[in-house]
Amino acid sequence: MKSILIVEDSTTTRSLIRAVIEELGDFNIVEAPTGFDALKLLPAQDFDLVVTDINMPDINGLELINFVKSNPRYSSIPLIIVTTERSEEDKKRGMALGATAYVTKPFKALELQDTVKRVMNL
Amino acid sequence: MSSAKQEFIAEASELLEEAGRLILEIQDTCQTGPNPDSINALFRSIHTLKGLSGLFGHQGVSDLSHALESLLDELRLGKIEISDEVVRFLFNNIDILRALVEELSQDNKDKEKEQDVSGQLKNIELFRNSLAGKTKGDELKGVIDESMLRILTEYEEHRLKTNVHEGKGVYLAKAVFSLADFDKALEELTKTIKSKGELISTLPTSSNVPPDSIGFNLMFGSLEPAEKLKEAIRFEIDALVSPKGAEAAPPLQRETTLKSTTTTVRVDIEKLDRILNTIGELTLAKGAVKRISEELIESYGHSPLAADVNKISQTLERKLAELQNQVLEIRMVPIGQIFSRLSQVIRKYSREIGKRIELVMYGEDTEIDKYIAEEVIDPLMHLVRNAIDHGIEPEEERKKKGKKESGTITLKASQRGNHVIIEVKDDGGGVNIQRVREKAVEKGLLEKGAELDEKEIVNFIFMPGFSTKEIVTEVSGRGVGMDVVKEKLAAIGGFAEIDTKKGLGSVFTLTIPITLAIIKALIVRVGAMKFAIPLTSISETLVITRGDIQSVEGRDVYNLRGEMLAMTNIGRIFALTAEDAERFFVVVAGTGKRRHGLMVDELFGQHEIVIKSLGEYFAGIRGFAGAAEIGKHEVILVIDVDSLIDDAVVKQKATPVIKSGAF
Repeated sequence: MKSILIVEDSTTTRSLIRAVIEELGDFNIVEAPTGFDALKLLPAQDFDLVVTDINMPDINGLELINFVKSNPRYSSIPLIIVTTERSEEDKKRGMALGATAYVTKPFKALELQDTVKRVMNL
Repeated sequence: MSSAKQEFIAEASELLEEAGRLILEIQDTCQTGPNPDSINALFRSIHTLKGLSGLFGHQGVSDLSHALESLLDELRLGKIEISDEVVRFLFNNIDILRALVEELSQDNKDKEKEQDVSGQLKNIELFRNSLAGKTKGDELKGVIDESMLRILTEYEEHRLKTNVHEGKGVYLAKAVFSLADFDKALEELTKTIKSKGELISTLPTSSNVPPDSIGFNLMFGSLEPAEKLKEAIRFEIDALVSPKGAEAAPPLQRETTLKSTTTTVRVDIEKLDRILNTIGELTLAKGAVKRISEELIESYGHSPLAADVNKISQTLERKLAELQNQVLEIRMVPIGQIFSRLSQVIRKYSREIGKRIELVMYGEDTEIDKYIAEEVIDPLMHLVRNAIDHGIEPEEERKKKGKKESGTITLKASQRGNHVIIEVKDDGGGVNIQRVREKAVEKGLLEKGAELDEKEIVNFIFMPGFSTKEIVTEVSGRGVGMDVVKEKLAAIGGFAEIDTKKGLGSVFTLTIPITLAIIKALIVRVGAMKFAIPLTSISETLVITRGDIQSVEGRDVYNLRGEMLAMTNIGRIFALTAEDAERFFVVVAGTGKRRHGLMVDELFGQHEIVIKSLGEYFAGIRGFAGAAEIGKHEVILVIDVDSLIDDAVVKQKATPVIKSGAF
């Protein structure tokens, strides 16, 4: 089964993203409410996708993307940024750092599902 | 309400509460230069709210938080200077957002109606334009390595520029921690850095780091030279930019807010309910231990074993009571939370119907169980809307009567023993007693010539099916009456009284238990059955003989120290005893003018009980609050004193509400 890590500090948004992805099929979905949690979860298992917000406390999404992309063990994991259009500039920076795709909040379920399918070659 | 919506409202309210707290913090530090962390945190909370409300399709909240977010973004990026005016403006908008969220939480039938915030959006736009934009644009390229800059968010880049602009040095602290518990160590380091300057970015890294470890590069700005920082921080520090000016000014002390956010947890009230249930079951077990201890003493006297069990039983009792109190305390919230929600409704509603209302509140600090608070808000809202609709007269009429043009509604809470008393008072026209009387006769609840005082008549407005528009009980368009108020209160063991004066207004007094859960009850016997009567509704017990009972206008009364006490024979109501006994016990229940004597055959003493619902099947039966287990697997019914008193009054006026043999 493929594993997906969702990094998002809002509980509600996090479970919403989870629900939307779960509709696509059976995944082992792991939730990280903070960037720190993500840092701890990454080495614990192999992920096939990371979905992350940008604006978060402790470390932000860009810092997480940079961490993932600069470590040979994780660098091949595709990353989807889910953030608001307010963070336009930050989104660009995230893509420049190696994120695979982005979805703008508020997103349509279908839009996120299409992106996940495309990124994971489902 | 759907659970998704509930979740949304819970999180949105929390975000707005946090936003309010942050604005206060910003206001307090406005003169000395606000903490950029506070402004960023405020931005983040509104940003999150926007994302959240957008996902849930709450357009009004989403649009407004979006506009506010843009303003805050410019603020945190230094494009707008913070000022008292800005703080005030932010405050206002948070209030509006709060009102919008509250509106959503009220689960209106007309929720399809979109919340219109276009006016406020324009206000924010105008406000933003009125503030002159300026950007501090120091170029960073060439000063700081490109590979470092690309990882910074726009905000972090702005903070970096500001630090350089202010002549601070920019440093990179490099730390390596074990992966298992890096957050604690990192928090420690962050705290030290924040005491020396401003933390700009926390960069995790895995290059040149041993396995099972993680590295962090922390970029921060400080006025202090590198050597001094190394001493304090005790990690490898690279200077990216040196501070300007040899004499370092003392860094601004900034409190971190980390603590306040980590000392509270949000717990679903259901989890606390479960703990209370477990405590309730433990209480039963404790009762068993106590009984065994008593039996031991009875059979073997004060032997060492009996003394031991007795001691344990007492410790158990004490600790259980402690535990129970602690859990109950967790559930307590100030009633001000409820009042402030009501005040929003009052403001909005009075505007809608064009009556000016002044709201006065007392005793907001009075604490009440969260569950009860939530249960009581609907009845309160009902009373308040009712007062605005029908209590307070139109302005013209008030002027004619020589009253102040705007009406006044007073909400007052106070604690009395195990109860919270909430008063809803208006200075309107009062209830039209004559009309209530006519209506009661019309409905067959009252005989035409029956002699009742005003107080008794006005209480008819709480009877089911009594809501009519003419008699102040209908809330416009809602089609529910005062009986619903009464029912809702009864469900939590409370009751309502009304006091009305023609031309001067009405006072509704709600008496509500502070907390649910375990209560003390008096166990009584009627015929062959045992019942529990909650101790909170009992004022005294008496022993009397049949001869002491007098009959006044078909009602059984007893002369209790000069006061006529209406009596109800429980045996007769529940059809348990055919004849009145010669000598019996009277449980005096109810408070104030609703005092009532309940005739029973025997008193067994106090017992702690946990009231359990009778379930849906028996939901329609009045007179019982539920059932309780009193040890040795014996289950008895708990009498709902308030509904019994009601029914007794009506029964003697007209048809019995509890029919014989119903139980």
